[in-house]
Amino acid sequence: MEAHHNINLPEGSIEKKTTTLNIGPTHPATHGVFQNIMEIDGERVVSSEQTVGFIHRAFEKLAERRNLYQITPITDRLNYCSSPINNMGWHITCERFLKVETPKRVDYLRIIIMELARISDHLICNSIVGVDTGAYTGFLYVMQYRELIYEIYEEVCGSRLTTNIGRIGGFERNFTNAAFTKLEKFLNEYPKVLKEFESLFTRNRIFMERTQGTGGISAARAMNYGFTGPNLRAAGVDYDVRVANPYSSYQDIDFTVPVGTTGDNYDRFLVRNAEMWQSLSIIKQAYEKVQSFKGAEAEIFHADVPEYYLPKKEDVYNNMEALIWHFKIIMGEVNLPKGQIYSAVEGGNGELGFYLVSDGGRTPFRLHFRRPCFIYYQAYPELITGGMLSDAVVTMSSLNLIAGELDA
Amino acid sequence: MSLTNAIIQEKLVEKFGDQINLFSNEYDILSFEAPAANNLKVIQFLYDELGFTFLTDLCGVNYPDQKGAEIVVVYHLHNFIENIRVRFSVAVPVEKPDVFTASKLFESANWMERETYDFFGVNFIGHANLKRILNVDEMDYFPLRKEFPLEDQTRIDKDDEMFGRG
Repeated sequence: MEAHHNINLPEGSIEKKTTTLNIGPTHPATHGVFQNIMEIDGERVVSSEQTVGFIHRAFEKLAERRNLYQITPITDRLNYCSSPINNMGWHITCERFLKVETPKRVDYLRIIIMELARISDHLICNSIVGVDTGAYTGFLYVMQYRELIYEIYEEVCGSRLTTNIGRIGGFERNFTNAAFTKLEKFLNEYPKVLKEFESLFTRNRIFMERTQGTGGISAARAMNYGFTGPNLRAAGVDYDVRVANPYSSYQDIDFTVPVGTTGDNYDRFLVRNAEMWQSLSIIKQAYEKVQSFKGAEAEIFHADVPEYYLPKKEDVYNNMEALIWHFKIIMGEVNLPKGQIYSAVEGGNGELGFYLVSDGGRTPFRLHFRRPCFIYYQAYPELITGGMLSDAVVTMSSLNLIAGELDA
Repeated sequence: MSLTNAIIQEKLVEKFGDQINLFSNEYDILSFEAPAANNLKVIQFLYDELGFTFLTDLCGVNYPDQKGAEIVVVYHLHNFIENIRVRFSVAVPVEKPDVFTASKLFESANWMERETYDFFGVNFIGHANLKRILNVDEMDYFPLRKEFPLEDQTRIDKDDEMFGRG
């Protein structure tokens, strides 16, 4: 009896028909630092509100005092499941802004790296959808191929997750033979793995019943919410930056843009899987094109941009002009042209845009990142309201939310 | 008939006359500016008549030297069918940064406007939930304004002991 008197229930809580449930900011089901305050009726979600910004690092402010090449490591930390795409996107923005033409071989090498990054990004997302529906096997099985992709990054740039890969104008060094050997190994082995991954999920009855009809959105709503990337394509809009505004010579490559119809979790899963097949085909084509370069052409790995591309070390020691450029680049003493540019690439989860404003100084006057998942995460309450709480978890992972990108 | 920057400019001038100005064509994107009071009219016109049904990006820029127009709100709109982008901006004074919200037309503007409010203090009139999004609620300044410079990297008054460098 005594204990009973100590319970102080909030006023009205007995009469209340729904329950308030707080999920996050750190919770195994959120795969990142996200908080959701949900109002649930039994197991049905009545309403929800998200809180974001837990890992906000003021990248846009930091970028205002950095030279162009110092901003690349910032972009690593946006969508860290596919940092090479962010790096390349930033380099391509700079090159467009500075009107630098990159050699074709550089473009194709970039395509290889970007598509590898897309595969690793989609692989994580889809296998996590599997984990959230109760199938851990797929996730563990495909991890070894993400590892192989990371080893290829390692061969190219020396790091794995936050890659800082490439430079303005191209790559810091040519691809080694080891990189190409690993790429060939990946191209040989990965199709079988992806096939097996698909046969584990695509027609799996439990998986289908968990994902079909949950978290769906119409094409019109998706566009109004600013969806891009696989999430928009799953709703039936065939918008892909690689096709709409080709960059890095994507126009030379033959590929299709997979689209879904209902925009639900199942369609998003299928679109990502189909895109991985497309990426494989893109990598093969780009690799063939890379191999077709012979002699001196096969040694080209950067454009000629002395103002932004660091000269070779031996030239720095032996050549006056190279020494000057080296000094100017490192100290950031190169003035940018005046103007503003918006340039976008197809990131792992949507249109990753860079809006760069320059007043002619040495650093950007303003740099804004258009982070796809920041924009489409707004639709989350609409996607989950009326559904089961356990479906909300699957919806969250199938949206491919990356906290680093969302919070910038 | 495919839409080009010249046609868009012509149609805008025809509809709004000298209310829209500062047309420019930088890196293939048509940019223009209008008075803040007209921003919704222009966006609605672009949406209804010219097919710009996708709001790609919305952000703020602070120009402290432009007196009376220190805060600029920039909209990037995209027409998916014609595959063409435009950049539209409105400028407001820093003392009274009032801009009408576009969140009634684009759901996507909701958080992007909150972000712009969070960093630049732009007051989006009519926004249903205008509060901070990435920064803490207790913050009482708008950090991306130019009046807040980053810390001087050459400062020497820091106690190295406190930063693990002693």
